[in-house]
Amino acid sequence: MNIIIVFLQKAIAQGIAILYGANGEILTEKTGNLNLGVPGMMYMGGVAGLIGAFLYENSVAAPSPVVGMLIALVCALVCSGLGALLYSVLTISLRANQNVTGLALTTFGMGFGNFFGGSLSKLAGGVGQISTKVTASAFRAKIPFLSSLPVVGELFFSYGFLTYFAIIATIVLSWMIYRTRVGLNLRAVGENPGTADAAGINVPLYKYLSTCIGGMLAGLGGLYFVMEYTGGTWVNNGFGDRGWLAIALVIFARWRPLSAIWGSILFGGLYILYLYVPGLDRSMQEIFKALPYLVTIIVLVLTSLRKKREDQPPAGLGNAYFRESRG
Amino acid sequence: MSQVSTKEPLFHIVKREGVTFVRASLIRLAAILLALVVCAFVIMGMTGMNPLSVYAGIWSGAVGTARRTWVTLRDSAILLCIGFAVLPAFRMRFWNIGAEGQVLVGAMATAAVMIYGANLPSWLLYALCPIVGVAAGSLWGMIPAFFKAHWNTNETLFTLMLNYIAIQLVSFAIVYWESPKGSNNVGLINNQTKAGWLPSLGGNNYLLPILIVMVLMVLLYLYMNYSKQGYEIAVVGESENTAHYAGINVKRVIIRTMAISGGIGGLAGYLLASGVGHTISTGLAGGRGFTAIVVAWLGKLNPFAMVFVAFFLVFMEKGAGQIATQFNLNENASDIITGIILFFILGCEFFIHYHVELRKREKEAAKA
Amino acid sequence: MQPNDVLIEMRGITKHFGSVVANENVNLTVRRGEILSVLGENGSGKTSLMNMLAGIYFPDAGHIYMNGREVVIRSPKDAFALGIGMIHQHFKLVDVLTAAENIILGLPGPLKLDMKKVTKEIRELADKYGFELDPDRKIYEMSVSQKQTVEIVKMLYRGANVLILDEPTAVLTPQETEKLFQVLRNMRAQGHSILIITHKLNEVLSLSDRVAVLRKGESIGTVDTKDATERSLTEMMVGKKVDLDIERPDPVDPIMKLKLTNVNAVDHEGRPVLSNVEFEAYTGEILGIAGIAGSGQKELLEAIAGLQPLTSGRIQYRNRKGHIKELTEMSAQEIREIGIRLAFVPEDRLGMGLVSSMGMTDNMMLRSYRHGHSFFSERRQPRELAETIMKELEVVTPSVEWPVGRMSGGNVQKVLVGREISSSPQVLMVAYPVRGLDINSSYTIYHLLNEQKKKGSAVICVGEDLDVLLALCDRILVLADGKISGIVDARTATKEDVGLLMTSHGYRGADKEAEA
Repeated sequence: MNIIIVFLQKAIAQGIAILYGANGEILTEKTGNLNLGVPGMMYMGGVAGLIGAFLYENSVAAPSPVVGMLIALVCALVCSGLGALLYSVLTISLRANQNVTGLALTTFGMGFGNFFGGSLSKLAGGVGQISTKVTASAFRAKIPFLSSLPVVGELFFSYGFLTYFAIIATIVLSWMIYRTRVGLNLRAVGENPGTADAAGINVPLYKYLSTCIGGMLAGLGGLYFVMEYTGGTWVNNGFGDRGWLAIALVIFARWRPLSAIWGSILFGGLYILYLYVPGLDRSMQEIFKALPYLVTIIVLVLTSLRKKREDQPPAGLGNAYFRESRG
Repeated sequence: MSQVSTKEPLFHIVKREGVTFVRASLIRLAAILLALVVCAFVIMGMTGMNPLSVYAGIWSGAVGTARRTWVTLRDSAILLCIGFAVLPAFRMRFWNIGAEGQVLVGAMATAAVMIYGANLPSWLLYALCPIVGVAAGSLWGMIPAFFKAHWNTNETLFTLMLNYIAIQLVSFAIVYWESPKGSNNVGLINNQTKAGWLPSLGGNNYLLPILIVMVLMVLLYLYMNYSKQGYEIAVVGESENTAHYAGINVKRVIIRTMAISGGIGGLAGYLLASGVGHTISTGLAGGRGFTAIVVAWLGKLNPFAMVFVAFFLVFMEKGAGQIATQFNLNENASDIITGIILFFILGCEFFIHYHVELRKREKEAAKA
Repeated sequence: MQPNDVLIEMRGITKHFGSVVANENVNLTVRRGEILSVLGENGSGKTSLMNMLAGIYFPDAGHIYMNGREVVIRSPKDAFALGIGMIHQHFKLVDVLTAAENIILGLPGPLKLDMKKVTKEIRELADKYGFELDPDRKIYEMSVSQKQTVEIVKMLYRGANVLILDEPTAVLTPQETEKLFQVLRNMRAQGHSILIITHKLNEVLSLSDRVAVLRKGESIGTVDTKDATERSLTEMMVGKKVDLDIERPDPVDPIMKLKLTNVNAVDHEGRPVLSNVEFEAYTGEILGIAGIAGSGQKELLEAIAGLQPLTSGRIQYRNRKGHIKELTEMSAQEIREIGIRLAFVPEDRLGMGLVSSMGMTDNMMLRSYRHGHSFFSERRQPRELAETIMKELEVVTPSVEWPVGRMSGGNVQKVLVGREISSSPQVLMVAYPVRGLDINSSYTIYHLLNEQKKKGSAVICVGEDLDVLLALCDRILVLADGKISGIVDARTATKEDVGLLMTSHGYRGADKEAEA
């Protein structure tokens, strides 16, 4: 019993960062932009939040967790948002190829994260191991009372606020996409930008906004990992391939935010399953770590076999839109 | 109806037809110069060096010594080789984002041959390493092609996912082959005997991989531009309808072309395992599978143009890396530099293909 | 409401696409509460002109006035704000959304969608004008005419005062067309202005109040329909009296070359596109194929060419020695391999017959690149062929390496036809060979077809202009709804005969689905 609860807790903890990235990418892809820069933006968000908190904690005598938290949030949002803005300018206004630009952003973002994360102590004058414990404590604060309930408390109330915000954001996102006018326009832009344009929708504006907000959501995923998951420290490449898992999750969830919630827990679970399956030697553990990707490929193949219209990627995914192009 | 403005739009964008080579080159050159300026300022911000010494530092880091020059050349060749791995697929408009995985699988297969075939006669081992490496990359590349050809499964996402499966396969192999036990590291394979190591040429360890890639470049150019199969790839990439009309078996072309793409990736893996690292690790490709995509794209899928892109990127990367080492910063600084350069070159293509027309009606109104 | 009130005036509109002139100094006026036909041949610039009114394109020069005030229409949104709505030939609908969602797309309103309310409003609107429409149905489940209904309702829902329709009847059955016209007349009665782009004279005469005629991107003039006749409009459209003096030599020794027996085929969604098609084609004759757009012409040619699989039936070919060859199960490549020279000029020239980014030389290779046993392809002969075609057919292009996609329509067609007849084909199939071409190029093409006929090819020509088919062909096969509704002698048949056969089956698209 206990091990199952711990496993689920860990799966959720793993899944949240992926969920943020996936939500950001779903929002982005819904307007037809395939942003392979998600891993980069997650690094950027994470490291910017860390730097903000670090500078704050080192500049005042008695840092307040709440102020640190706010600074970290703002830094993460701004930095990852800027990354997404760069992608937007290149692909939407300058019509550069989306795949290539996204990959360049990932190269840049991961370099940016590892460089500043890894050099932070040196750049700040050699203070040793980076730690933003005070700020992290705000991110890790559990819900009082409820979290101490047996089982239910452990399973549902033992996380920091970013975890709950992820779930709420997903539900809001889903509502927004499927139940509002903005969401309807958004889907139209991704499916058929020419039609959306003809219907009077400002296609570039939608693409810019969804890509930038999507990038910010992805950045929150990075911040979640740095603050809540690792407790305010940085390890180079510690974030690993979770950014790509986020893109995998988008496919797995077939571009539906609500499916991404349980998908993220499943992915988180698959990601750490190797630790819980008895009798695995170290080499087999590595094979188990490939499971989320394998599952994603299977979903990808199955949806292409079924050809159900609602399960396909947005029809305009990957293409730049240029109104005056003829024919 | 009062909300409709009677003003002209400030500008509109017009597609440019038939830009001259000179003009396009000038625009690209301007973008590169701008990128260099921005990079210098970024490095200046990190290190406090003055911009001129930044450039001097980059130069010295990339080609400052004979050894550095050779490493830069060899790494350019490897990056170029991986770029060639995506080229045939891209000509077919097949988004092969999976070069990283194809390289790793090729390297892993090569390593396997080196480990298990250590006692084979050396000529056999020399022959077996590239054959197995290429075959492995080829097979890995054919998996997404098969699904694309038959069910139109999205290849961008499929090949992307396969990269991580390849990484985990390599991780598996590393633990399996690790030496010493528990180190999670394969170490130099056949370090004593150097069995299966790509031989040095006249005492130069760097030359042979470079020559192999140069030969590949010429072959690939001939294949893409003058062979019947290359022609089929171009037609399929342009329009599947036209391909059917011309009696081309589209499914076969897709799978065959990805077999070639993956095979070249496997060859790069072979070069890395047998000629460069003499080992296998998950970082062996080191993201070059992705950078190579950019190389191919910016080189307009022209093997010769890609040489310059690959060399320039590696040059800057090595130079920035050297500066980072000098200032005791970590080596990821070079990724930042690479990223900045890529953004500039990607952005400048717009100004080659389009031009922005500013408001011009006032003039006409005056005429009328 | 004064009927003569000028609502919109377009003055001196010019639009170029690269080197292609779409419109040159065009003037046009639209009055309140009228139906104005915009008439012109294919490629005369009707659609680009209307696109500028709808905010899709932006003019290079010229002015647009509405109610006497100058307006700038930068985007479709601006057009909507002015009450202008356009229904494009290719419907601007999002497939995975429902009709109702498409109708309210891009409209301002409360953030939260109230689909129930929207659905109710749409139903009311549809009832008012007599449309049949299920607002909750997804677009990809709809037939063409249902999609058109969605488009029109979309414009009405948005309160469009000016409605532009681009060739709205091309995809409709006669009954559907009449229904549409009735709706348009209702709208006119309520004060809407309607612009209808068309090249069908009978529609112009039966529906519109005035006709504006465009030719080669320029405005020729606007006339009141009551003063116009088919002849006068045709003259305005083509610039001179139509002199369809197309040569038609008598067939010499016609021998059966191609025989189709009970051929059936379905499209990728399983709907029948060819039903029990049976006919024979002879050497030394031109067999015309007529029909409403989308009656199975494309599928028929592709079936013969080995590009469209059959569900049943046989296609047989008779070679010079009189042996019968089965082509039924063969692919395009297999047909080539048994030595049958079957040339095919498809309707989609740049999307199927040619590779638009390649030059003439490389496009010649599309048919010949396999020649020889070498791994590498032979380039000298294709280049020579390209140069010959360029010279003999007077193709205007900077060089044989210039991408064919950047050539004008007429030159593209010359390249394609030139390549196809260069193999001295035994069967030559051409689809809409003169679409988008000027008169001179058209006659060049007619001449080339006749030459092949005289050489003893069996020529099959799908056309849309009945006058041309009646003047050029020996026999005309009429398709209606994928079935052959008749085969007539082109020397004796009248336009009315063929027109009647074209609509003799009547039921298409939507109705077919309803039956199933």
